Formats: sequence, C-alpha cells, structure tokens
Amino acid sequence: MDNLLAARFQMSVSFIFHIVFACIGMAMPWLMFVAEYKWIKTGKEDFLQLAKAWSRGVAIFFAVGAVSGTVLSFELGLLWPKFMEHAGPIIGMPFSWEGTAFFLEAIALGIFLYGWDRVNKWVHLMSGLVVGTAGVVSGIFVVSANAWMNTPSGFDWVDGHAINIDPLKAMFNKAWFQQALHMTIAAFASTCFAVAGIHAFLLLRHRDHPIHEKALRIALTFAAVAAILQPLSGDISAKNVARYQPAKLAAMESLFTTSAPAPVLIGGIPDTSSRTVKHAIRIPGLLSFLAHGNFHAEVTGLDKFKKNEWPPVPIVHFAFQIMILMGMIMAVAGVMHLYFLVRKKKNPPGKWWLRMLVWITPAGFIAVEAGWIVTETGRQPWIIYGIMKTSESVTPMPGITYSFYLITFLYFSLAGIVFWLLRQQITTLHSGALNEKKT
Amino acid sequence: MTEAIISILGISILLYVLLGGADFGGGIIEFFAGRKGADIISRAMAPVWEANHIWIILAVVILFNGFPMVYTCITTYLHIPLLMVLTGIIIRGAAFTFRYYHTGADSIYNYYTSFFRISSLITPFFLGIVLGAIMLGRIPVTPEGSFYHVFLFPWLNLFAVTTGIFVTLLFGWIASVYLIGESTGNTFPLFRQTSYRLFIMLIISGLTVFLASEYYQIHLFMQFRQTFISMFCVVFATILIPFLWIAISQKNVLRTRLLAGTQTACIVTGWFAVQFPVMVYRAGGNNLTVWNTQATEKTMYLLLVALGVGIVIIIPAFAYLFKIFKFSNVHVK
Repeated sequence: MDNLLAARFQMSVSFIFHIVFACIGMAMPWLMFVAEYKWIKTGKEDFLQLAKAWSRGVAIFFAVGAVSGTVLSFELGLLWPKFMEHAGPIIGMPFSWEGTAFFLEAIALGIFLYGWDRVNKWVHLMSGLVVGTAGVVSGIFVVSANAWMNTPSGFDWVDGHAINIDPLKAMFNKAWFQQALHMTIAAFASTCFAVAGIHAFLLLRHRDHPIHEKALRIALTFAAVAAILQPLSGDISAKNVARYQPAKLAAMESLFTTSAPAPVLIGGIPDTSSRTVKHAIRIPGLLSFLAHGNFHAEVTGLDKFKKNEWPPVPIVHFAFQIMILMGMIMAVAGVMHLYFLVRKKKNPPGKWWLRMLVWITPAGFIAVEAGWIVTETGRQPWIIYGIMKTSESVTPMPGITYSFYLITFLYFSLAGIVFWLLRQQITTLHSGALNEKKT
Repeated sequence: MTEAIISILGISILLYVLLGGADFGGGIIEFFAGRKGADIISRAMAPVWEANHIWIILAVVILFNGFPMVYTCITTYLHIPLLMVLTGIIIRGAAFTFRYYHTGADSIYNYYTSFFRISSLITPFFLGIVLGAIMLGRIPVTPEGSFYHVFLFPWLNLFAVTTGIFVTLLFGWIASVYLIGESTGNTFPLFRQTSYRLFIMLIISGLTVFLASEYYQIHLFMQFRQTFISMFCVVFATILIPFLWIAISQKNVLRTRLLAGTQTACIVTGWFAVQFPVMVYRAGGNNLTVWNTQATEKTMYLLLVALGVGIVIIIPAFAYLFKIFKFSNVHVK
C-alpha cells in the first residue's frame, strides 16, 4: 500500500475509533449526574443503582478513550510531521487548554467512580458535573483546532512558512463555533440514543426491572432535545461551509456545475468522469436556499476548482446523505418522545416504540462517523485548506502500512472486548450480584 | 518566558515519572506480587492512573506547541520506538480497566493480567530508548539515507537499551516504594523485598548507563560534572541511598515516599541540567536547542498563559484527588 494512503487509513481508523469514546465521554457524565441528582432528591435507590451502573460503563469507555486520545496526540506527529511543524505553534494553544480540561475530567471522574463512600454526596454530585462540563469543554477545544484546518486563519503564509502567527485568531477561526456546536449536540444525540436503545432492548426482555424505565426516560429526553436542535445547527454549519469551503459543499451535494438556482439531491450516485449524478431526486432551488438563504442564489460547483483539487466526491456525497438520513430519523424519534412525554398519562406507547428505539441505537454514531468523513474527506486533498496538501505533510518513514495494520488490529480487538465487557456488565446487573460487588 | 515554559515541561515530565511511571511500575511489580499483590495494585491505581497519565499528554502538547521542531524530529526519526510506547499505553490502559471491571471467569482475568504486565514493561522500556536516542546524537538532520541509517541506527544501540532498562527499573522501583504504603498485613514483606531487589538493580543499571555512555563517547559523567545543579543532584541522590535503604525497612510510609520522590527528582533534574539547553542531540552537532526551536513570542506567551491558568486549576484538584485516595488511608500494620 502507498505510504500516504496507509497514513490516511491509519488516521481514519484512529479517529473513527476515538470519536465514539470521545462522544460518550462528553455526554454520558451528564446522564450519571442527572441519575444521581434524582437519587438525592427523591431518595429512590433505583436512581443510585442506575448512576452506579452507568458510571461503570463510563469508566470502561473513558479509559479506552483516554488511551486512544493519547495515541492521536502522537499520531499527528508520527504521520504528519510537516503539518505539525507548521500547525503546532498556530493551533497548539487550544490543545494546551484542552489539557487542563482533560486533567479536570480525569480527576473528577476518579472521584466520581471510586469516591462513593469517601466524599459526601453533594461533593460527589459536583464531581459528576465537573466531569460533564470538562468533557464538553475539552471537546470544544479539540474541534476548534480541527476547524482551523478547514478555515485556516491567524497567520500569513509566505514562501512555505507561517509568519505573523496569532493563536487566538487561529482558535476562533471562521468555522470553530459552527463545528463545536454541531459536534457537542451530536455527542449528546449519539450517546443518548445509544443508551436509550440499550435500555429499550433490556426493557423488552425484563419488563419488571425497575431501573430501565427510569434510564430510558433520562436518556431519551437528552437525546430528543439534541436531535431536535441538531438540524438547526446543521443549517448554520451548511451556510458556513458554503461560504468558506465551497469545494466541500459542492462535493457533499455532488454539484458539478456552478448553478443558480442549485438543487438539493436526495440519494444518487455521482460519476466524476461524466460529471453527472444518476438516480437522484432533485429538489430545485433548495440548495441555494440552504446555502445562501435565497432560492435563486448561485452555488459554487466543482467546475470552479482544478480537478486535482477535488475531494473524493462519491465518498463525501454518500457520507453526507447517510448523516442527513440518520439525523432525520433521530429528529423524528425525538419529536415522538416529547409528544409521548406530554401525553403519557393517557396512552403510553407500546412495544413497537421500544422496538423502534432498539433499531435506532447506532443511528447517532453512524451519523457522527459519516459527518466526520464529510468534514475530513471533504477537505482533501488539503490538510490545511488552501495552504498545505496532505501529501506534502506525510512522514518520510516508509512502511506505514504495518503500523496501520497494527493500530487497526488493536482497535478492532479493543472494540470487541469493550462490547463483550458491556454485555457482561449488563448480565451482572440483572443477576443482581452487582450490589455486593466493589463500587 | 521560555525558561518558564521549559520549567513546566520539566515538571510535567518529572510528575509523569513519579506518578504515571509508578502506574507502569505497578504492572511490572505484579510479576513478583501474586494475586493478592495484584489486587492491592489494582485498588491503588484505579482512581488515579488516568489523571497521572495526562502529564505525558501535557508534555507532548508543550512540545508541539512551543517547540514544534523538537516534536516532529522525535516523531519522525524515533517513529518505531514511539509506536511501541503507544502500543504499550493502549494495551496497558485497556487491559487494566478491563480486568478491573471483569466479573466472570478466572481464565479471562489471567489474560488481562498478562497483557497488563507485559505492556507495563513495553512502554517504560521504549520511553527509555527514546530518551537514550535523544542524548546519543545519532538522529540525522534530514531523512536521506538507508532505512537502517535513518530510522533504526539512532535508537537501536546498547546505550539506548541501557537507558531503556534504567527507566523500566526506575518505574518499577518507584511503584514498589509507593506500594509499601498500600500494602496490608502479610503483603508488606513482599513489597519490601521487591523494593530492595529493584533498588539494587536500579543502582547497577544506573552505573551501566554511565559505562555505556563512555563506550559511545558521550561521557555522561563528565557532562554531569559541568553544571552545579547536575553535580549536586548526583551527589545528593547518592547520599540518599543509605537513608532510603533504612527507610524501606522501617515501614515509615510518608518518609519512604518522600525520600524516593526526592531521589527520582534528583535523577530527572540532574538529567535536565545536563541536557539544557539542548533538547535533541543530532548527528554532526546540529542540535535542536530550546533557543533554536522555540515558537514565536506570541505563541509562547499564550502557551504560558494557558499553562499558568491550567496549573492553578490542576494542582489543587490533583492534591484533592490524592488527599481522598492516598493520604486518608496511609497506614501500615
């Protein structure tokens, strides 16, 4: 395998793996926090048991997330040394802030997981809040560094060197807010729908188990709010991408020719050689509206870019379609949940609702992965948009194929074990042996 | 300003050795500790290892933010040993957590344990290799030449191996000293004995590092004599040896930990003093120093602000974590 391709694959695998744990690390602490808060308020033991059960899951996910995050901090240099040599001083600052946030998260999580009988319950509850807040904040810092790669700012690029570096301007680049918002909401939607799905599944099996109903309600409420907000945030993002990364938007929508008005495509198979899209449903003018707020506005197509500067159109297009589809499914489920919540006394939903929730368990994570594929693949062939190509920054070290195999093997094994361990935890929960176990 | 950032980098490396190092050491000690010892190690590590681990991330961030050429030089030419360090980090963290939350059969517990122990050896050893390679001055300036010459020769040598062994033993020994304080009842003699053994091995291994440095013409001993701080550190660390020896036998937890911490701080600080201002010794004397790699003033200033605020927040939080888990139950019967 070509070294550049291997390096890109290794980076993809590392991100695809890590982002799941990162999302869980951002959102899950809030669920534990709410469960514990309810326990303190109502005194119902079920909430305490739920908080503890969730916290055991978080411990496993957080550990794997922490080590895979460490790997990424090294991989930036192991795979893309030229990039880091220039980008380090420009976007290192958000990482140094992220370090603090991550420290706080790890410290607070230590107290939350192992301090049940060592600190008083309010201190304990606060430690949960710190975990959640620090998790979200550290996510925002990292995403702002990624946003800089898409909309680089805070420096002047002269003869292959960055001068007049302003890290503050770089951090608060044109896309940081849109990306951070979209990612934070996505973390909640994906994690909470997954949690809800698992509890819905368990509720179907163990109708009378007291904690699943409560778990489902907490998780689904977070999930619903996030899923309903996400299309709005997506709209803000789309307008930002249209303005600052037109090639990416054109690839997302497979818009080969600059058009006014431009249609939105649903589905479709783009063919880059003939520059056409087959089998797509076209909604005329909608892309003009979504991108620029006007049904007749001109939207830049791929024809405005040299062909060797096109992102891989089909991948970006398919990933984008998948993300939108998953987002819509979740938004509908979110609205339904809120509706049931309001009218629950009259007719609570039946088993079909639980079954549906089970089906959409992975929807959020699929959307997150697809969304990141859009962001990252859509920026290609650039690593810093318009400034440095990915191929220029790859390491001179040959044989990256082998490290790609190694990392892939490790991550697949870990994913398998985490899945199995989670099942084991759930089984233990139902055998009732958990109360006697160490907490 | 640069000096302040370098000091914080030094402190994070030192804390990583003292805290994160001890967690790897825990895995190493387990080879001698048996199931009962393993339980104690698990309990001692669980609440703190993730926080301890972040000191290395902080060091990495300081490097790529403030001294980007140092970071890319290391990640390019020491790619292979760093990949091994990472492999160890992944497997260690995962296996430890998996074992802690494992509820089923013993056979699986044993698998996790083996992975935990072996990976706990891999990371410190290759970290030591990286340190040795940084000191040795074989890292090329450009990646031109054979694969062996560019990507293996800088670190695949006896000197780097001796530093690798030294770091591994150091981590193990620190852990054994801390664990004396965590031990209960009949595990105390076990940890004490391990501690003595590792202490002797550590001293011998330290001497081999100096000998190897003579063989490779980098004359570490001469270098240590050149600054007052490094000389002081060597002398002081040597003076501490008999005191530590006695302290270990006396079950005085706090004193032993403080002495071992000071001893380690001496080793690390002495090394910093010898190294400063060079960050990476490269072939032909084209060394990367603090001064010729630092980022521009504005970047350094903002980095220092971030680190300053960070430290004000982290240190009390860290102290609180350790107060809850480490100092509220320090007692040995």
